[in-house]
Amino acid sequence: MKFVDEFRDGALARGLAARIAAEVQPGRRYAFMEFCGGHTHAISRYGIAELLPPQVRMIHGPGCPVCVLPIGRIDLAIGLALERGAIVCTYGDTMRVPASGNLSLLKAKARGGDIRMVYSAADALKIAAAHPGREVVFLAIGFETTTPPTALAILAAERQGLANFSVLCCHVLTPSAITHILESAEVREYGTVPIDGFVGPAHVSIVIGSAPYEHFADEYAKPVVIAGFEPLDVMQAVLMLVRQVNEGRAEVENQFTRAVTREGNLAAQRMVAQVFGLRSSFEWRGLGEVPYSALAIRPAYARFDAEQRFGLAYRPVPDHKNCECGAILRGVKRPADCKLFGTVCTPETPMGSCMVSSEGACAAHYSYGRFRDIPVRVEPAAEPVQP
Amino acid sequence: MRKTISVELVPDAEVGDYVIVHVGHAIGRLDAEEAERTLALFSELAAEEATAAGAAAEAALAAAR
Repeated sequence: MKFVDEFRDGALARGLAARIAAEVQPGRRYAFMEFCGGHTHAISRYGIAELLPPQVRMIHGPGCPVCVLPIGRIDLAIGLALERGAIVCTYGDTMRVPASGNLSLLKAKARGGDIRMVYSAADALKIAAAHPGREVVFLAIGFETTTPPTALAILAAERQGLANFSVLCCHVLTPSAITHILESAEVREYGTVPIDGFVGPAHVSIVIGSAPYEHFADEYAKPVVIAGFEPLDVMQAVLMLVRQVNEGRAEVENQFTRAVTREGNLAAQRMVAQVFGLRSSFEWRGLGEVPYSALAIRPAYARFDAEQRFGLAYRPVPDHKNCECGAILRGVKRPADCKLFGTVCTPETPMGSCMVSSEGACAAHYSYGRFRDIPVRVEPAAEPVQP
Repeated sequence: MRKTISVELVPDAEVGDYVIVHVGHAIGRLDAEEAERTLALFSELAAEEATAAGAAAEAALAAAR
């Protein structure tokens, strides 16, 4: 595909890798967090971790939408389907996230819940129009990329006078999560998660622009390089981060100039602001309660808000006690540090949310990197047996 | 592969534009000129490395002689 294949060229990737290796200073270590799950996936899938010199470590961040969704939120959706008889629509990855009582949306569907996978919020709207006698709830998850389509769906429902459509809003905000990580004890005090800079999200930045990251460069003195999702984009972003660290700079730079501007998509931002306001706090899996980190539907659109329509009350539920998703989402642990990884927790039977989506750190490592953990042993071949 | 998507979020998109699609919606336009510029920069950086490696190899060779 044009504008995709060119950004995956192997020879250029090796050239960029050699450039990075030439520019890292001996004796210095570089740790960069890629916030976004799309980058986590690209780094694992294209073997970028192997192309980088050993001094450069990539830390997976919490930017995988289904990974940060807490159990309590899925429980609300399951309750709507099983106890309230609603048709619950959601994105594919959300279906397999483990919930309470050994359930997931997929298992609740097997128990008779009318739960449907949709490709977009607009599809949920079509289902509502086709079933006027049923309540249809769209379980809306994701960062700033999926929020504008949800806003569009609510505005369209209002225009069409749909009385049976509502949204269980779980949309979260990227900048608040980055602040939370930078303010966390692991980064500030213990130094267990050294972060020298961030690879900034690709699609999120198309919507919000590069300006919201300027705060992290100014206040926390951390370089941010916004990067596209293709492997060459990520390689170049790492090179730009290495140069900032070497030169003692902390700036917001944009590698993804073909799609990201400083101000972002203003039309999308206007629609989001019209429909959504800030929540004072929201629970994230792995990060806990994060202030002003999520969106709620504004009172003017309250009839499309499933929480109000059904009088829902959120109840937090702890994760499986051996699951390390929380620490992995904060960059404190790596997937292979978890006892469950690759044993009872696999992409087929995920125990934790990081194993569910292909963007999750555990699923990406399981699919593309788990054999790296096994040391290669070279043994002399046995003498062939003479007949 | 053909798929119907919405361009409601990118009101200035025109026929012939490249757009970036997320969950069935175009969320932004792709600037073809900027894309070419980025590709040119990759080649430049990779070539810089080849020149540097060549120079290092020649220096090593000279030292060996």
